Amino acid sequence: MIGLKINNIPVYVKEGSTLLEAARSIGIKIPTLCHLKGISELGACRVCVVEVKGMNTLVAACEYPVREGMEVFTNTPRVLNSRKTTIELILSDHRKDCLSCERNTNCELQRLSHKYDCDSHRFEGTPREFVYDDSTDYLIRDNSKCILCRRCIAVCRRQQGVGVIGANERGFATHVACPFDMKLVNTPCVGCGQCINVCPTGALQEKEEITRVQEALANPHKYVVVGYAPSVRAALAEAFDMPVGTNCQGKINTALRYLGFNKVFDVNASADFTIMEEAHELVERITRGGKLPMFTSCCPGWINYIRKNHPELLDNLSSCKSPQQMFGALVKHIFGKIEGIAPEDLFVVTVMPCTAKKGEKHRTFTDKYADVDAVITTRELSSMCKENGILLNELPDSEPDNPFGEYSGAGMIFGATGGVMEAALRTAASILDPDARFVPLEFAEVRGLAGVKSASYNIGGRTVNVAVVNGLNNVDEICSAVKRGESDYQFIEVMTCPGGCVMGGGQPIRATIVKHKTEIAAARAGVLYAADKSMYMRRSHDNHSLVKLYADYIGEPCGEEAHRLLHTRYQALPKYIKE
Amino acid sequence: MKGSTLPFDGTPEQEQALRLKLRELKTKEGALMPAMQFAQGLYGYLPYEVQSIIADELGVTLSEVYGVATFYSQFSLYPKGKYRIGICLGTACYVNGSQAIYDRLRQILGIDSGECTEDRLFSLDATRCVGCCGMAPVMTVNDDVYGRIKPDDVEKILDKYRRA
Amino acid sequence: MDINRLRQIKEETFKSVGNRATHSALTGMNYDRQVLVCGSTGCSSNNSQKIRQRLAELVAERGLDRVHVGQTGCFGLCAAGPVVVVYPDGTFYSHVKPEDAEEIVDSHLVNNVEVQRLLYVDADGKTKPFDEIESYCRQLRHALRNCGVIDPENIDEYIARDGYFALYKALTEMSRDEVIDTVTASGLRGRGGAGFLTGRKWKFTKEAQGDKKFVCCNADEGDPGAFMDRSVLEGDPHCVIEAMEIAAYAVGADQGYVYVRAEYPIAVQRLAIAIEQARNYGLLGKNIFGTDFSFDLEIRLGAGAFVCGEETALMTSIEGHRGEPRPRPPFPAEKGLFGKPTLLNNVETYANVAQIILNGAESYNTIGTERSKGTKVFALGGKINNTGLVEIPMGTTLKEIIYDIGGGIPNGKKFKAAQTGGPSGGCIPASYQDIPIDYESLASIGSMMGSGGLIVLDEDNCMVDIAKFYLQFTVDESCGKCTPCRIGTRRLYEMLCKVTDGKATLEDLDKMEQLCYYIKDNSLCGLGQSAPNPVLSTLKYFREEYIAHIVEKRCPAGVCKALLKYEIDPSKCKGCTLCARNCPVGAIDGAVREPHRIDPDKCIKCGLCASNCRFGAIVKA
Repeated sequence: MIGLKINNIPVYVKEGSTLLEAARSIGIKIPTLCHLKGISELGACRVCVVEVKGMNTLVAACEYPVREGMEVFTNTPRVLNSRKTTIELILSDHRKDCLSCERNTNCELQRLSHKYDCDSHRFEGTPREFVYDDSTDYLIRDNSKCILCRRCIAVCRRQQGVGVIGANERGFATHVACPFDMKLVNTPCVGCGQCINVCPTGALQEKEEITRVQEALANPHKYVVVGYAPSVRAALAEAFDMPVGTNCQGKINTALRYLGFNKVFDVNASADFTIMEEAHELVERITRGGKLPMFTSCCPGWINYIRKNHPELLDNLSSCKSPQQMFGALVKHIFGKIEGIAPEDLFVVTVMPCTAKKGEKHRTFTDKYADVDAVITTRELSSMCKENGILLNELPDSEPDNPFGEYSGAGMIFGATGGVMEAALRTAASILDPDARFVPLEFAEVRGLAGVKSASYNIGGRTVNVAVVNGLNNVDEICSAVKRGESDYQFIEVMTCPGGCVMGGGQPIRATIVKHKTEIAAARAGVLYAADKSMYMRRSHDNHSLVKLYADYIGEPCGEEAHRLLHTRYQALPKYIKE
Repeated sequence: MKGSTLPFDGTPEQEQALRLKLRELKTKEGALMPAMQFAQGLYGYLPYEVQSIIADELGVTLSEVYGVATFYSQFSLYPKGKYRIGICLGTACYVNGSQAIYDRLRQILGIDSGECTEDRLFSLDATRCVGCCGMAPVMTVNDDVYGRIKPDDVEKILDKYRRA
Repeated sequence: MDINRLRQIKEETFKSVGNRATHSALTGMNYDRQVLVCGSTGCSSNNSQKIRQRLAELVAERGLDRVHVGQTGCFGLCAAGPVVVVYPDGTFYSHVKPEDAEEIVDSHLVNNVEVQRLLYVDADGKTKPFDEIESYCRQLRHALRNCGVIDPENIDEYIARDGYFALYKALTEMSRDEVIDTVTASGLRGRGGAGFLTGRKWKFTKEAQGDKKFVCCNADEGDPGAFMDRSVLEGDPHCVIEAMEIAAYAVGADQGYVYVRAEYPIAVQRLAIAIEQARNYGLLGKNIFGTDFSFDLEIRLGAGAFVCGEETALMTSIEGHRGEPRPRPPFPAEKGLFGKPTLLNNVETYANVAQIILNGAESYNTIGTERSKGTKVFALGGKINNTGLVEIPMGTTLKEIIYDIGGGIPNGKKFKAAQTGGPSGGCIPASYQDIPIDYESLASIGSMMGSGGLIVLDEDNCMVDIAKFYLQFTVDESCGKCTPCRIGTRRLYEMLCKVTDGKATLEDLDKMEQLCYYIKDNSLCGLGQSAPNPVLSTLKYFREEYIAHIVEKRCPAGVCKALLKYEIDPSKCKGCTLCARNCPVGAIDGAVREPHRIDPDKCIKCGLCASNCRFGAIVKA
């Protein structure tokens, strides 16, 4: 333990701690802007400066290690004035359209500016030239609000291993952008939106589709159907000041009805279809000598990644569409048939924890119809509710509509890393070992937040080796092993975002994510696992509605009609496209 | 997209030489800068195609290569012509008609400021005052200075270098 | 390589070089005359290579086989370049052209008659031997001891001047601690910036835990107007290699990097040659002098970023990234290049090491002042007669440097201030010219030693403009990582522009000062922390100039264009129309033989009219 004094208060912390951590341990919060523990530790923004006795200059608390006998001051006029000036300088190079900014009231810069009583016009001067990039379907980069904290660069590079943005030029001209200032759409960006979640300001945001959804809702000729992903229920409550880890699915159903959707479905239900198809595909590949290992295909970020980075492995991908795309196809072609509504009159909206899903919506078509018409994120749903005066906290619970209102616990856990694997194993085990007296329901080895998890199961006398990867920076090693033929896995689940969809790029933005990422991930995943545990149906093939729909409309899993509706093919994509 | 709009005219031999060097450098720690210096020596500048090869061979992202390329002032994204033409658009030259000369140059060469002709013979830069106000309007070609010129003189001057 | 072979090379080569830099006629020498041509950047760019070739050709043609023509590093008197020195006469030829070679050979070398017209004329109007020239003999050449004496591309000549004997001594006679203790006792401090005690730095690196350690040399000299390190590398590259090896032995490193500016092609080439020669002699590589010490060295080129002179940025750059500094601690001694303990010193610091090891700490710590030992090399520039390189004992006064060594201010102008430390330093006003120069005294008056650029300013320099020049440099060279430097220096620069445009208020002055102190206090690295120094020191010593710009809308030195006005004195104007005909913007009119008038709205203040007027009728107001 190291002993030091902060503002004359004795503090004891373990060696290697930073001044920031030491101060926090005694209840003093030093402000930060660029710091992102474990991922981005630059000491660049300088709002965390403190005074250390004996030092000529102030030091950045986020990076400065504790030393025995140190005397630190966090609240002297010199410190407070410096922080104020730093923020004022940042503001002098920031487009201050705060009133209409997406991040108004949830902006770290705005909060600090208020806290330090800043004069946003104390320094006036030429702003830097900026790039505005709305080239993709899912994300907008507005550099006029960028404060160069570089957290986005760090998550893109280090956490996701994608690295499409970086600091370009130098000095005052330094800006965050793609190489050659290319448009994002021409880069290997996977659309995960992790950069949005760590952006302290409104420089990064999803491309909104609220307007299109509202237009559809107002169109008397459109039958507007909505479905929401498992992870949405695990996080939306946070946007309404409810504690992290609150399950608000009943309120979501009510809210969506209030918003005017003609039908409210649960994507958990289509996740069950995904498992039916994927588990059968896996069993088929295992028993009939198909291409192994099989990779999951429900994560659009991962699909983007593999298409651009490992095209040699496209045959290893499950041919199943994602639950979102299956949902669209099922609604337009089965629900439509049941209700007698033509596909062109149906407008399918999904609510997703994910920005890449926006890019995915037009990736698959059934007949000539795009499976999904509009995708809004959890954040956008919260905005729509707020705009419509819907007080989520006060809403009564209600149930989703049928036929896609019934689902199993397997569909529910799709939102957490390992969830797809576990759900698939539940069904695959029953197929591979139909006579077993007892088939396990829980596969604890694939749960948890480790970047790579692997397990080996004996199912019906057969060893099935599986791996679960979350956070794309962990995936290259496994891909390389597969390419070299050195992988003995049969089934590999990949989720782009660390923690899985519950931590997706479309989830509510939490300033605290900076320090408590793992706690948030665990709490949100906890919602899904708790819901699964409390359910009567926990395996996808036990879902009664699903069984009936297969019998009435689809036929066999992986059969001809199933392929038409629920499967797809992948093509390689170039990494960069020169403009 | 930043960078040269000229078609990339690297030869397969250059690419082979570059890849060979990169494979040799890859074993070295901190190979990126020496690699880029070698590539710039080979091609004269670092266009998209060359940076892509570097990223590919060294196993770093294009973003990292570009970030380094734009951090250090010696790395260039644009080719320079054998003859670098500067046309002063400072006040003295401007009021004496340097804009007309600049326009004529652009018309004849078919390029804008910062660019290079396809044959790589001429590159054009509009500059700030070069300190020869007494000779306004002024045009420079490498180290040669041409003062008090008229738009009609441009062709003649260029010819001199075309024939050189 | 063993010590006997080293001694043998020394003795043999001494016969060829021993009679350089001395007037005494030594016996047993290979040559009677040594004709030395400066091969440094300054003289090279003025054809010194051609001069040397021509001299050598002619000497061969005339069959003068007792005359040696060789190239050396910088003599220091760059303003007199290209420079040729003939020993043992000590004849100092200045401004030599290739076509002068024939006369030098025929008159001087054949007929023993010095070529009078090429002789350097000293400040007192006399011609004298090189080492008696005022500006040279007041120097103490320690770091530059071999510059201008040996051929930097010949390792034997370095050995003849005791080269690599210090390495031998360290490796075979001294423990690692003894080496460090000697360097510590010498009082040598880092010559690149803040002046950290070199021995202590070595000790920290030695004590750091690590399976691998590096020794680096900072040769990324980027200050505008500074070329000390370049001159050492161009004139005596082996002394840096030898010192790095001694350092590596002391701290326990086996690999080194020299990070050199790519803008120094001659230095890079000479260093590469030197490394190759040292390798061939076994003075670099495995088991040097048969000991278990092994060391090898690699050159890494910078690519044009001033900030890479900052130690953490330099290492980040060697690692192949954008040269952005990182916070310290951890210091390089604990966690430096590639995360390993790393020792980093600059060229001039290393240049002193071998002599300290060879001659003991006392040979060094008896020179200089109480806390700043030894000598310092300065690059003199600006408004001074003897532009060039000088090495002086610490504690020499500014006045001595400027007047005795630098030969004073040209054109009878008044000395106004000296800028030291480049963009990190400050302006010392003439009133402090008697202050003895060392680390502490410079810091106490708001400047810093820096790497050793010394720019002399006279009454025609506007101090606000100078501050603006340096700040613009910092703005251009800021890496852009931390807020205070990226945005702060830019805003400060914009405020200075307001002053020079006559648009600032007195409140702006206070705001500027506050911003300066803020930037110093909050920036991540030394570049930002020292960037406001040129502004602060001029605000401190030349505040009245700022006030004149603000209150009177006047630039006292007549530099700031926006505040400048050219007027024609009607009583002096003869109406010759010359000015009107020369005005590039047609701002002057008036009838022939009538006083002319300048239209201030059209005038672009190029000054062409004033320089053309034969009657002195046009004045700056």
